[in-house]
Amino acid sequence: MAEVRLDAVRKVYAGNVEAVKGVTFDVPDGHFCVLVGPSGCGKSTLLRMIAGLETVTAGIITIGGQVVNEIEPSERDIAMVFQNYALYPHMNVYNNLAYGLRNRRTPKDEIDQRVREAARILEIEQLLQRRPRELSGGQRQRVAMGRAIVRKPKAFLFDEPLSNLDAKLRVSMRVEIKKLQRSLGTTSIYVTHDQLEAMTLADMLVVMNAGNVEQIGLPLEVYEKPASAFVASFIGAPPMNLMKVDAAQAAAMIEGAAIGIPAGGAILGVRPEDLALSLDGSQPNGGFKLDLTVAAVERVGPETFVYGNVLDGADIIVRLPGQDAPATGARVTAVARREKLHRFTADGSRRLDG
Amino acid sequence: MQKRAVFNHRFLPFVLLAPQIAITVIFFYWPAFQALWQSFLLQDAFGLSTDFVWFENYVYLFSDPIYYEVIWTTLVFSALVAIISLSSGLLLASMADKPLRAAGVYRTLLIWPYAVAPAVAGVLWLFMLHPSLGMVARGIKALGFSWNPLLDGTDAMTMVVLAAAWKQISYNFLFFLAGLAAIPRSVIEAAAIDGARSTRRFWTIVFPLLTPTAFFLLVVNIVYAFFDTFGVIDAMTQGGPAQATTTLVYKVYADGRLGGDLGGSAAQSVILMMIVIALTSIQFRYIERKVNY
Amino acid sequence: MVERKSIGNVIPHVILWIGIAIVAFPVYLAFIGSTHDAATIANGQMPPTPGPYFFENYYRTIFVGTSMTTREPIGTMIINSFVMAIGIAVGKISISIISAYAIVYFRFPFRMWFFWVIFVTLMLPVEVRIYPTYKVAADLNLLDTYAGLILPLIASATATLLFRQFFMTVPDELVEASRIDGAGPIRFFWDTLLPLSRTNIAALFVIMFIYGWTQYLWPLLITTRDDMQTLIIGIKKMIVTSDALTEWQVVMCTVMLAMLPPVFVVIAMQRLFVRGLIESEK
Repeated sequence: MAEVRLDAVRKVYAGNVEAVKGVTFDVPDGHFCVLVGPSGCGKSTLLRMIAGLETVTAGIITIGGQVVNEIEPSERDIAMVFQNYALYPHMNVYNNLAYGLRNRRTPKDEIDQRVREAARILEIEQLLQRRPRELSGGQRQRVAMGRAIVRKPKAFLFDEPLSNLDAKLRVSMRVEIKKLQRSLGTTSIYVTHDQLEAMTLADMLVVMNAGNVEQIGLPLEVYEKPASAFVASFIGAPPMNLMKVDAAQAAAMIEGAAIGIPAGGAILGVRPEDLALSLDGSQPNGGFKLDLTVAAVERVGPETFVYGNVLDGADIIVRLPGQDAPATGARVTAVARREKLHRFTADGSRRLDG
Repeated sequence: MQKRAVFNHRFLPFVLLAPQIAITVIFFYWPAFQALWQSFLLQDAFGLSTDFVWFENYVYLFSDPIYYEVIWTTLVFSALVAIISLSSGLLLASMADKPLRAAGVYRTLLIWPYAVAPAVAGVLWLFMLHPSLGMVARGIKALGFSWNPLLDGTDAMTMVVLAAAWKQISYNFLFFLAGLAAIPRSVIEAAAIDGARSTRRFWTIVFPLLTPTAFFLLVVNIVYAFFDTFGVIDAMTQGGPAQATTTLVYKVYADGRLGGDLGGSAAQSVILMMIVIALTSIQFRYIERKVNY
Repeated sequence: MVERKSIGNVIPHVILWIGIAIVAFPVYLAFIGSTHDAATIANGQMPPTPGPYFFENYYRTIFVGTSMTTREPIGTMIINSFVMAIGIAVGKISISIISAYAIVYFRFPFRMWFFWVIFVTLMLPVEVRIYPTYKVAADLNLLDTYAGLILPLIASATATLLFRQFFMTVPDELVEASRIDGAGPIRFFWDTLLPLSRTNIAALFVIMFIYGWTQYLWPLLITTRDDMQTLIIGIKKMIVTSDALTEWQVVMCTVMLAMLPPVFVVIAMQRLFVRGLIESEK
């Protein structure tokens, strides 16, 4: 059990490619931190630096109060679950779990006891004598988890561990990982590009983009108050509708008191689920309204997505409960409550509040 | 080219490389360099003094009509071996590639000559074609042909070509079989639906798709005929009669064995080296994939 | 696949059997030759069927030796051939697997330079630098030694390239998982990489065993003593140019025995053999 601290951590690869541009945050003891972002944002590099698989160009990483920059991965007392599991193909499950303990010269009977305990927790006791290639994807995933938990490390590191599983299995494993982490109480850092996974697993969400941290917070905080246009578009599915507006355009869309739009314009955002369709053009008092031509309608059962074109060509998604929706080609008005609007600076880098 | 995950260790990689590098330097680079160096030297008849003579050994070599004869012999020999063993290998492979029952049995019965030493292949064929005791030689004579490979150059060449080609068929067979197996079945099926008959399918679809394999094998077969057939020739004819079966490699061996002309022998070695380098460079077009990924 | 049920299906079988017959015929005659006495063969009247001297000929070949050309029995030659073939196979595999490991899994100065130093040896077979190599071996007192038979022939890049190619396909995450599990470079090699390479090692062993067993020119030069000869050299020396003296029945027994081990290896380990051959060349 330990906290993990990153202080101005940077990674520059040969050829001056800066993958991580000075990242600082703390993962408190026992927390489940999820690093989320599009591919190439530096989240995996950051995780691999914490693991000791990549060198740290600048900055300090501490695990449990100890600076680990120059320490071998095996000495950091961490465990890692890889995307392709990286099980040793020539060893059976038992030996896969025991290997790390043997290398640490753990007494034989303790190894046996810990391997069996891990197997029991993960319900893979009947698989201990099998080779990895005789296991299904989900079973391999469990073995990879088992290899991490037998070691009782200070921290678990997960590198997109669910992305090789099919959709259904991914959901159930997600729940299990969360339960397991709760019961063990081990500090965990989890990398994913799937925002749904990130939202459901994290009690600390770190959104990354282009080597920088965009926002750190509780998942719902991030959802409700995205700190930048990037976060707004990355967290939530379908993504937030973003429109570049100047003061005059904003005034045309919003009734009542004008909202503050800086001289250079701003980005106005509204989530699809905060929009409703008003057939007669009426709208909640002082709210937002936008005239649309319906371009496409997707009915997925419990909800329906309406894709609309605005006059100047921008696309707007509206998420409606149920299955009622206007026909393609219909002219409708999308409306939202004023407090559901988000404003960002014109370059999208910062949220405007007040 | 390299792994993302590597170990950093100051001297371990050098320790791991040391045996191979040592053996390579001692038994490869040093002798190759020696050959190159000696090819520029001329020793007097008593071996007392040695002079640096630039390209004199090469000039001498190329003014010797015998050397041209040997080059010609080598070319004829290599071409015949390559043609015979490639076409037999291709014929057998294309037959065995059909969905026959017992295809595995055929493969087993055809690949084993690969394991026969060239010198042994020579002895086997000599035993059949030996003018006084060979059973096949008896048959040839019974048909009214004259046959004496120990005295007649053409007969001798025929004999070494047959033995050398025989040994190489299994190799070509295996590679053609692998090449055929790599052709997508759907392509052949499409051709069949397009109305191409079996023979036509082979020449218009299968063979063009096999050309990379065939080209690779052509180079390998020429290298084989140039270098690996030393044992065949030494066991059957010792390069005779009257140098009719002396190839470039055999001449290097025979001249060096007589001793004396070290520089000339070295010059011959260097020329051979250049031939192999040329041949393998062509082959590297295929190995390139192995190097750059 | 395009199937046809007609008389056309018989033709491939016929062609294949003719091919097999042609390929096998020389060996059949050699076997016949090994079962007749010297006189029957020498007067050119050998019948195409086995003779009555099978046991006598093989017994003589293995335990007595030829009488007229006073050659030794082939017992020591068999041992020499095995030592040479196994020595070359084991030696080549050992030095290649560790050098490929160094090149793929370590970062160090002149890494690519070392790679090319090894790679270039693909270019030149031992035949073209035979006398200078002989001189080096002689200077190192390696004539008539097993080391002299083996070492110069293991200086080649094929096996190194094969292992390198295989190592490149081993997922990076295995090394990383091993490092997190506390395994250093040597333990990773022993515990993980070597077990994973088993098939490749076996395939390469088959190819290299055959390569070593069938060597001719190099052992011909490097051995002068009869007790260091390999089987293949022994056969050559039994055939005397003035052919009246050649005891062909003994030669044919030796030929049969010399073919047996490598042919057995090829057939018994066919899958590995085919894999080794195609992988190491392509």
